[in-house]
Amino acid sequence: MKPTPSQTVGPFFGYALPQAGGGDLAPAGHPDAVVIRGFVYDGAGDPVPDALLEFWQADPSGGLDGQPGSMRRDHVNGSFPGRDGVRFTGFARVATDADGHWAIRTLPPGATGPGRVPYISVCVFARGLLRHLYTRIYFEDSAADPLLASLEPGRRATLVAVAEPGGAHRIDIHLQGDRETVFLEFR
Amino acid sequence: MPDTQADIDREIADISTAVAKAVAGGEPEPEQPLRDYKPYRSTVLRHPHQPLILTEQADTELRGPVFGVTDVTELDRDLTRHGLGEPLGERITLTGRVLDRDGRPVRRQLVEVWQANAAGRYAHHRDQHPAPLDPNFTGTGRCLTDDEGRYSFTTIKPGAYPWRNHLNAWRPAHIHFSIFGTAFAQRLVTQMYFPNDPLFRHDPIFNSVPSEAARQRMIATYDHDLSSPELSLGYRWDIVLDGPSATWMEEGR
Ligand SMILES: [Fe+2]
Repeated sequence: MKPTPSQTVGPFFGYALPQAGGGDLAPAGHPDAVVIRGFVYDGAGDPVPDALLEFWQADPSGGLDGQPGSMRRDHVNGSFPGRDGVRFTGFARVATDADGHWAIRTLPPGATGPGRVPYISVCVFARGLLRHLYTRIYFEDSAADPLLASLEPGRRATLVAVAEPGGAHRIDIHLQGDRETVFLEFR
Repeated sequence: MPDTQADIDREIADISTAVAKAVAGGEPEPEQPLRDYKPYRSTVLRHPHQPLILTEQADTELRGPVFGVTDVTELDRDLTRHGLGEPLGERITLTGRVLDRDGRPVRRQLVEVWQANAAGRYAHHRDQHPAPLDPNFTGTGRCLTDDEGRYSFTTIKPGAYPWRNHLNAWRPAHIHFSIFGTAFAQRLVTQMYFPNDPLFRHDPIFNSVPSEAARQRMIATYDHDLSSPELSLGYRWDIVLDGPSATWMEEGR
């Protein structure tokens, strides 16, 4: 069957799609929690303040079954109370702020099989982006990963988060330009 | 001087002619919008110049997040019941099925919608054009698909609204949809339109999908059997997700 075409998420998704605690994947107080953060930039190098990012990843043991509860609803008053603080759902959704900045707090993904290099899958939406873009966040540049191995070093670096002094991992998304992020398609 | 509608119409026609020529010359008919589509000015600095990298070895992307009864309430599908009173406008019921490219239903996945009110205004700070907010309508809803992949919403028909792409730019009435498949690689965010909108030919977002047949797949059908006596008008719109589905997982789920 022919697919339904994509259209831009537009500028007005902010009151509908991002929810409280959307970036808080890691259970509260979990000792292994890591912060991953960065900016989204356009082709002029300006921050993109109206992007929406989604993250999907394996749990720390490499499991890809996921868990419900990423957008938990309060059945009494219809509010969004956030996650239950215990279950690891594998999914996060955050909007960039007025600076074009975003952050998530998660548990490092495990390897999904022998010899597999762990990564977080990222889906990028924005006003002006007619069709979403997929990319990945790796934590190390490893030749064991077929995608990383297939890219020349400069482009490969756009997929690898860099550890910062404060303990966070930084990775920026460049939609266009000299430092353009590697974007993916799947078959 | 800001661009006029005539400028934009001309650009839309030129690209449409170029694509038709390419298709006549043997290129496949495009099923998706062009990411680099100048009539929609915001695309200019927001599309990659490098080709996308085809990734055969994907495991994470062939699975996807799951949602459940914790993530929706029964009231979420009825956007006319989120205030203290009735919203203004034409009440509609909207239903359809979410399918993968092989026509299989996408079961128990999350469908989210957001939209302007009957006057064409979003309940969003950035929408400040002079049309009234409706205290009884926030314009967001969600539901899980059933075992046949069916979703349904009760809402009001949104109004057209102005935007600043060019002088006198107006969006045709639409409802924004966000749909999850069984694979993250099937993710879809799109807009559903209403039949016979006179603004179609002037709208660069709608026309960013250069094939007429593909554009038709974004338009709902009026279905009288879905209308309810003295309550609402019915529309049907089926959704087909692009991308590889997690077929090999289907048995175990
Ligand atoms: Fe809109």
